Amino acid sequence: MLAYSLRRLLVAIPTILLLIVACFFLMHYAPGGPFTSERPLPPQVLANIEARYGLDQPLWKQLWDYLYNIVVHFDFGPSFKFKDRDVNDIIAQGFPISLTYGSLSFLVATVVGVSLGIAAAIRHNSWIDYFAVGLGIAAQALPNFIMGPILILTFTLWLGWLPGGGWNGGQWPYLIMPVIALATSYMGSIARITRSSMLEVLNSNFIRTARAKGLPTRTVIWRHALKPTLLPVVSYLGPVFVYVLTGSVFVDIYFSTGGLGQAYVGSALSRDYAVLLGVTILYGALTVVVNLLTDLAYAWFDPKIRY
Amino acid sequence: MNKHIRTSLAGLLTSTMITGAAFAAGTHPETGETLADDQTFIYRLGDEHTSVDPQVVEDTYGAEIVRDLFEGLMNQDEAGNLVPGVATGYTANDTKDVYTFTLRDNAKWSNGDPVTAGDFVYAWKRAVDPALSSPYAWFMELMSIENAAEIIAGNAPIDDLGVKAIDDHTLEVRLSAPLPYFPQMTTHSTTFPAPQKVIEEFGDAWTKPENIVSNGAYIWTEHLPQERSVRERNEMYWDNENTILDKVVALIINDENVALTRYLAGELDRTEVPAGQFPRLSQEHPEEAISFPRLCNYYYTFNLSDGGPEAFKDPNVRQALSLAVDRDIITEKVMAGGQPQAYTFAPEATAGFTVPEVEMASMTQAERDELAKELLATAGFGPDNPLSFDMVYNTNEDHKKVAVALSQMWKQKLGVQVELANMEWKVFLEERGNQNFDLARGAWCGDYNEASTFLDLLQSQSGYNDGKFNNARVDELLAEAKTSDDPAPLYTEVERIIAQETPVIPIYHYAGVYMMDTDVGNWPVDNVEQNWYSRNLYKTAE
Repeated sequence: MLAYSLRRLLVAIPTILLLIVACFFLMHYAPGGPFTSERPLPPQVLANIEARYGLDQPLWKQLWDYLYNIVVHFDFGPSFKFKDRDVNDIIAQGFPISLTYGSLSFLVATVVGVSLGIAAAIRHNSWIDYFAVGLGIAAQALPNFIMGPILILTFTLWLGWLPGGGWNGGQWPYLIMPVIALATSYMGSIARITRSSMLEVLNSNFIRTARAKGLPTRTVIWRHALKPTLLPVVSYLGPVFVYVLTGSVFVDIYFSTGGLGQAYVGSALSRDYAVLLGVTILYGALTVVVNLLTDLAYAWFDPKIRY
Repeated sequence: MNKHIRTSLAGLLTSTMITGAAFAAGTHPETGETLADDQTFIYRLGDEHTSVDPQVVEDTYGAEIVRDLFEGLMNQDEAGNLVPGVATGYTANDTKDVYTFTLRDNAKWSNGDPVTAGDFVYAWKRAVDPALSSPYAWFMELMSIENAAEIIAGNAPIDDLGVKAIDDHTLEVRLSAPLPYFPQMTTHSTTFPAPQKVIEEFGDAWTKPENIVSNGAYIWTEHLPQERSVRERNEMYWDNENTILDKVVALIINDENVALTRYLAGELDRTEVPAGQFPRLSQEHPEEAISFPRLCNYYYTFNLSDGGPEAFKDPNVRQALSLAVDRDIITEKVMAGGQPQAYTFAPEATAGFTVPEVEMASMTQAERDELAKELLATAGFGPDNPLSFDMVYNTNEDHKKVAVALSQMWKQKLGVQVELANMEWKVFLEERGNQNFDLARGAWCGDYNEASTFLDLLQSQSGYNDGKFNNARVDELLAEAKTSDDPAPLYTEVERIIAQETPVIPIYHYAGVYMMDTDVGNWPVDNVEQNWYSRNLYKTAE
C-alpha cells in the first residue's frame, strides 16, 4: 500500500504541472489583464507596472520564473490587486477560515446525511423514510445561495439571534449560519445516496444469509450492511470534501467570512494571475491528496479491493 | 528614545484631557445635540480595498480610508469647498503656474514626528517614480506638475519633478501649464504625504496596521481582509480636540441585499440601497432613506470610429435614438433612487457648471418621440428598412434592467432592432477600448469637481474616448478652458455641440442612495464627490 501511495503521489507531480501550465495559458489568453481599468492607464505608466511584475517578459519566461520561485523559494508571487499582500499571505489568511467552516460543514453533512439515509432505509416506506426523503430533497433543492439570504433574514433580522456575518476569529455564533448554508445541500445528497445504497445492500444475498442464521438486526446492520453501504457514499464524499474545504464563494459573499472562495473568484474577475494560479494549485494538490485518501479508504470498506 | 516616548505620552495625555473637556458634557460644541457615549461609526464596504498607500490606492473604497488616515495639503468641507488641511493656505503667481503652499507647524505624524514640506516632496516624487509604478501616476501628469510626464516615461531623473521644499513649512510647486483648479486637485489621495522612514524600513508591508505611520485624524488599527477593517482616533492629529468620532469600522459585505438586511438588523450605520428599493424603504423608514446627487454620469456611447456602424455616422440617427429614450421611466421606474435625468454629459451637480438649455430637455416626451421618428425617416430608416445594431453593457443586474428598457423603447417607438449583449467587466473594457461595439454603456465619476473631468472624455485624443468622437471645435474649446479664468461659457458651448452631434446618449446622473442611521450626524450630502471625512461626523444619543 505504501508503494502504491508513493506511486500515486509521484504521478501527481506531472498532473499538477499540467494544471499550472493549462491554467497559466488560459488566464493569459482571457481578454483583459490585471491592469485593464475603466481609466485606461497611459502607455508609459502601464509599461512601468508591467516591468515591475515581469509581465513584459515573454510568456514562457514568465512561466519559468513562476515555477522557479515556487520550487526554490516556495513563493507564489505577488497579488496585482492587493498591493501589500502576496499570494502566500492571501492563502495563509483565507485557507484556515475556509478549512474551519468547511470541515465543520463536512462533518455535519456526513453525520446527519448518513444517519438520515440509514434510518430511512431501515424503516423503508414508513413515516421516517418519507420524512428523510422529503428533507433530503428539500435540502438538495436549496442551494447555498438561497440558504444564505434565508438564514440571514430569519436568524438575524426576524429573530435577532445571530450576527448577520463576519468571522470574529471563528466564534461559534459566527459559524452557525455558514455551516448550515454550506452543509444542507450536501447533506441532502448524502442522505439519498446512503438510503438507496443501504436498500440495495439489505436486499443482497449475504444479508439474507446473516438474517437466516439468526443474527439480531442490530448486528446485521452495523457489522454486515454498513461498510458496503458506505462505499458509494465515500466516492461521493471525496470531491465534496475538497469543495467544502476550499471554501465556498457564496458563503464568503453572504456571510463575509473572509475565506478563500471569495479570493479565488475575485482573482479570476480581476485577472489577479498569481492569486488565481496559487489557489488553483492548492485546490489541485488537495484534490490529488483527497482522491488518494478516498481510494485508500475503499480498501478498508471493501476487503475485495487490494493495492 | 525614552524622551521620545515620554513626549508622545505627554501629548497623548494632554489631548485626551482636551478631548475629555470638550465632549465630557456629551453635547456637540456647535449644534448642542447630545452625543452618544459610544462614538463608533460602522459602515458597509462593497468590496475589499486595494491598498491604503496614498500613492498607490486606486479604488474609491481605499481612497475613503486613506482620507481618514492621511491628510493632504487641502481638504474639502461638507459642501465640497476647499478648506485648509496640512496647508493653511496657498498663493499662486500671476500666470498660475507656480503655487506656494504654507504648511501648519503643528501637524504631526502618528509617531510624533512633524509633517514637513519634505514629506510632500518625497510623496510626490514617489508617485511618479517608475520603480513604484503607481497606477495613479497619471494623476500627477494631469496636475501638470513640471516634468511629471518625462519622469514617468523614464526620460528624466526623479529629482527634476517641479516640487520643492523651500523650508519645512513652505512647499513650492511648478506647473508645466497654468491650471486654475490645481489647489482642488490636492484633496486627492495621490498627493497626500508619505512617511519616508517607515516606507524605507518596511517596503510594501509598510501599510500593515502594525507598521503604518500616518498623519490623518485616524490610525489604522485592524485589518482582516475580506471581513473588516478598523481605524481609530489619532491622538497626534493636530485637530484631534475637534474630532468627535473615536472609531470607524468598515465591514465588507459584497451582496447589497445582505448588507441591507444587516442594516435593518441594526448592525450597520450606513449602507447602499439596492436599485428599485428606495421608494419602499423611504416609505417604511422616511428618516433613514436618503438620496442626493453625485458627481457621476451614466450614458451609452456610439462607436464613431471607422470600423463602427455606417448608420451611426449620421447625426440624425444618433439624435433620434437619444430623443426616444424616456428618461423618466429609467429614473422613476427602473432605478427609482432619486437619480437626476440626464440631457447633458456633465452632471448639474458639477461646481461652476451651468447646464445649458438643451432643446431636448424642454420638450415633452411625445414631442421627442415625434421628432425621433422624423429624424430616423430622414436618415432613410423605416418599417421596410429597420435600423438594427448591437448594444453591450458589463454584467450587472441594474445595467441589464436599463439596457432592456432602452431596447424596448427603441423597438416600440422607432421599430429599431437591438441585440443586447452583456460582458464580464474586463472583457467589456477591452472590447469597448478596441472599438469592438456598436453602442456601449459608459459611466464616469469626476476625478475632481470641475466640468473638464467629464468633458475631456470627448476630446478626440483622449484615451478614454472609446467612441472616437472627433470634433475640432470641441477640442479647441476644451484646450482654451484649461487656461481660462472663466471656463463656464466654454463648457456650455461644448455641451451644446454634444447635444447637437449626440456622440453619447446621457441617461441619468448618479445619486448617492443610502440607508443612514438617524444618529449619524453631519453626513456631507452636499459634497457631490462624496469625499467624506470621519472626523467631521458624530453619533448622537438615541
